[in-house]
Amino acid sequence: MTFRVGPRTNQIIAYTALLIMTVITIFVLFFIIGFILKNGLGQVSLKFLTERTTDMGKAGGIFPSILGTLFVTLLAIIIAAPIGVGSAVYLVEYTKAGFVRRIISFGADCLNGVPSIIFGLFGFIFFVITLNFGWSVLSGGLTLAVMILPTIIRTSEEAIKTVPRAYREISYSLGGGKLDTILKVVLPTALPGILTGVILGIGRAIGETAAVIFTAGSSLGLPTSIFSSTRTLAVHFYILAREGISMPKAYATATVLIIIILLINFIAYRLVHRFIARYY
Amino acid sequence: MAKISIRNLNLFYKNFQALKNINLDVTENEILGIIGPANSGKSSLLRAINRLIELDGATITGEILLDGKNIMELPINDLRRRIGLIFAIPIVLPGSIYKNLTYGPKLHKKLSRRELDDIVYRALNAANLWDEVKDRLKDSAATLSGGQQQRLCIARTLAMEPEVIMMDEPCSGLDPISTAKIEATMLELKKRYTFILVTNNTKQAARVADKTAFFLSGELIEIDRTEKLFTSPREKRTNDYISGRFG
Repeated sequence: MTFRVGPRTNQIIAYTALLIMTVITIFVLFFIIGFILKNGLGQVSLKFLTERTTDMGKAGGIFPSILGTLFVTLLAIIIAAPIGVGSAVYLVEYTKAGFVRRIISFGADCLNGVPSIIFGLFGFIFFVITLNFGWSVLSGGLTLAVMILPTIIRTSEEAIKTVPRAYREISYSLGGGKLDTILKVVLPTALPGILTGVILGIGRAIGETAAVIFTAGSSLGLPTSIFSSTRTLAVHFYILAREGISMPKAYATATVLIIIILLINFIAYRLVHRFIARYY
Repeated sequence: MAKISIRNLNLFYKNFQALKNINLDVTENEILGIIGPANSGKSSLLRAINRLIELDGATITGEILLDGKNIMELPINDLRRRIGLIFAIPIVLPGSIYKNLTYGPKLHKKLSRRELDDIVYRALNAANLWDEVKDRLKDSAATLSGGQQQRLCIARTLAMEPEVIMMDEPCSGLDPISTAKIEATMLELKKRYTFILVTNNTKQAARVADKTAFFLSGELIEIDRTEKLFTSPREKRTNDYISGRFG
């Protein structure tokens, strides 16, 4: 015998189930952020943000780590964004849909799924040892660039693919060449999608520990050049918590990290929307 | 001399022959109407003339001459500037009305702000759109209505100062009033340009075209002065089509 309910009851059950799932998702997200902010926000002060770290992190601020995070992430994006977008343009516009493109896309998807510690190990062996860059902003930035490259390639590729074929035909029929069409029609149209990929990349890079701890090192000194070793916020937080140096400072660091990530997302979101509002 | 001459043109998409041994002339400052049911090769002909079919991987044999010169020997960007194509669905490029109009001219020449303003004014004026959009040139082109968008597409082609304007069912998605406006624009513009108008609407060809060609399954069945073709066609198939017996 089967259990039967009317269509109306069915609707109510489905609605309730979906609602509960959504509430759980949102609750988990807010709980985590709330928990960290509650424990950390009280410790964050202007002094904490601008002072150098002392006594292994038990005292002082996190200024060197903020700088280090900024440098490493910036370097990673400066390297990965042009290469990633360039590859995506090449894949979509200059290769025929078929075997080669599928292989490359598949490869990028696989790389996306590789645990970051593998990238860390690769960066350590290749950039730190073989190329002799040492533990440095440079090694960390390059490793993160390699790590986020697949994300940027894949999202840019999808964004470029969704640009209607008709736009290209119009550009050609107005006498545009292939490069004109790509630079002036395809890329501006795909920009919001491409930016989403870059933002995802920034998000991954900024919160990364495993890949940078092996490559950028964990020095608490102020990074003064791309060859300085540095400790990013995420690594600093990991060490403070892992080695039981200071939980309040760990929470405070995590708070700063979360706020930075939220800020970047917020600003990027606004930028994309302003762009869309202007051009569509 | 004919503005465009087509000689023994065959067009192939892989295994499918879309045009079969086409011979026709387009006279300067006239509107040539092309009618025929779906898949008769009308759009393929237009796309062959401005070499857009190369994007589709199609191949042609025979010759297409523009002012007596083989189009395959002209620089492709120059050819496409001289022969504008307006598509069935008005598609505006992302960006403002102004940007839509200056995109083409800027590709070919370096122009000052003043020259660009002038081009925009003349193109919109010629397309009967200036009065409706003069205060919102910086607005996104997507905010225009369907009929306005199609006239913007016409203006965008006019801004290139072409010699020939090809239209692929330009009024298929438009209401009668917008259609009338576009037809009026065409009749006005034919003093300066040569038109090829592909249309599914035989009455439209009867209204505006000087000559009309009837295509069926990739073949040119008949071409004649419009009055003649619509009143006493030589071919029975033409008569059947225009009287609505098939297609």
